[in-house]
Amino acid sequence: MTGGAEYTLRLGDDALVLAQRLSEWSARAPDLEEDLALTNIALDLLGQARALLSRAAELEGAGRDEDDLAYLRGEREFRNALIVEQPNGDFARTIARQLLFSSYQLGLYDRLCDSTDDVLAGVAAKAVKEVAYHRDHATEWTLRLGDGTEESHRRMQDAVDWTWPLAAELFEHDALAEQLVREEIAVDARELRPAWEHYVGGVLAEATLERPDTAYAPSGGRRGEHSEALGHMLAVMQSVHRSHPGATW
Amino acid sequence: MVRAAERLRDVLAGVPDPEIPVLTIGDLGILRGVEEDGGRLTVTLTPTYSGCPAIDPIREAVAGRAAAAGFADVEVVLQLAPAWTTGWMSEEGRRKLREYGIAPPEDRAIGCPLARVRVACPRCGSHGTRLVTRFGATPCQAQYTCASCLEPFDHFKAH
Repeated sequence: MTGGAEYTLRLGDDALVLAQRLSEWSARAPDLEEDLALTNIALDLLGQARALLSRAAELEGAGRDEDDLAYLRGEREFRNALIVEQPNGDFARTIARQLLFSSYQLGLYDRLCDSTDDVLAGVAAKAVKEVAYHRDHATEWTLRLGDGTEESHRRMQDAVDWTWPLAAELFEHDALAEQLVREEIAVDARELRPAWEHYVGGVLAEATLERPDTAYAPSGGRRGEHSEALGHMLAVMQSVHRSHPGATW
Repeated sequence: MVRAAERLRDVLAGVPDPEIPVLTIGDLGILRGVEEDGGRLTVTLTPTYSGCPAIDPIREAVAGRAAAAGFADVEVVLQLAPAWTTGWMSEEGRRKLREYGIAPPEDRAIGCPLARVRVACPRCGSHGTRLVTRFGATPCQAQYTCASCLEPFDHFKAH
């Protein structure tokens, strides 16, 4: 697989895996409005994933399509970051993940609008408006839960503490990305971190939450080394497609 | 004689949106163009949101209506860039939405948080409205309630 295909796959897998996780909230959210919100966010991410995986398949040039990539790859072939594959946990943990991830994704897509890859730039320009909504949604809930009752504050702080170390992987940079940055296709993720810290730090402070201070930074997703959670998630996501190859509605 | 591309465009502009059938794809501005190249017609559509599930039925409806109107060699393609915005919705479309009970999108700069937008109630016109949730029945709508007439309503988000 070429560098461009691999990089596009990372972006597409982040969107696809998080879409699948968020859709697990369907009919289980705390209220109807949240059910709609989380599944709408999942739908946006799924749309982004389809465009990105189609592009990755095209760049790969091996005759695969978006469905082959989504449904017929094994766990070790997925290139998403570890943060998006984690089980939803309680509502606070889902919100913490949304805050940390959407703040990163917004900065990323904002910069990718200038990519020399026309498809990446097109997907990013479309998605940046959607992700701005996702970040607003997570921000509002973080404020409400953090600066809420004693119980909601405790659970939101636990959620931020638990999720925080997983965000570090999003800002990793490697040789593959470096080559694409030189071709002005990709973004140097390290450069996204200061604005992310500034935004997320501001939200946490306003929500009366402590910004975690830890050097722990699990990694490996971009190389296909995932946590136990991904295999279980994929088993559910891929079961229909694998049981009924080629089935259509 | 009117060119085939223009005739086809007129035919297709009337295809209704499957989720908000009061609007046509012409009103919404998602029928981006019809081009003719050596007898072959290419129809370009653009989705409102990346994951909008209406785009597949719209694609089928466009192909079906083109065939029914006697256009044999038609290809329907999706194009993401430049990204669709509610600024492309026609005045006619905005009027239809309001009459249907959905507050149309207002013109504003992208990036302004929705909470600061003053949305007028499509029933009584009052600006005393409150955002209930920014995600509604479709990706492009948010739910509001009116403090004057007490009616809940959907708002087509400016995007």
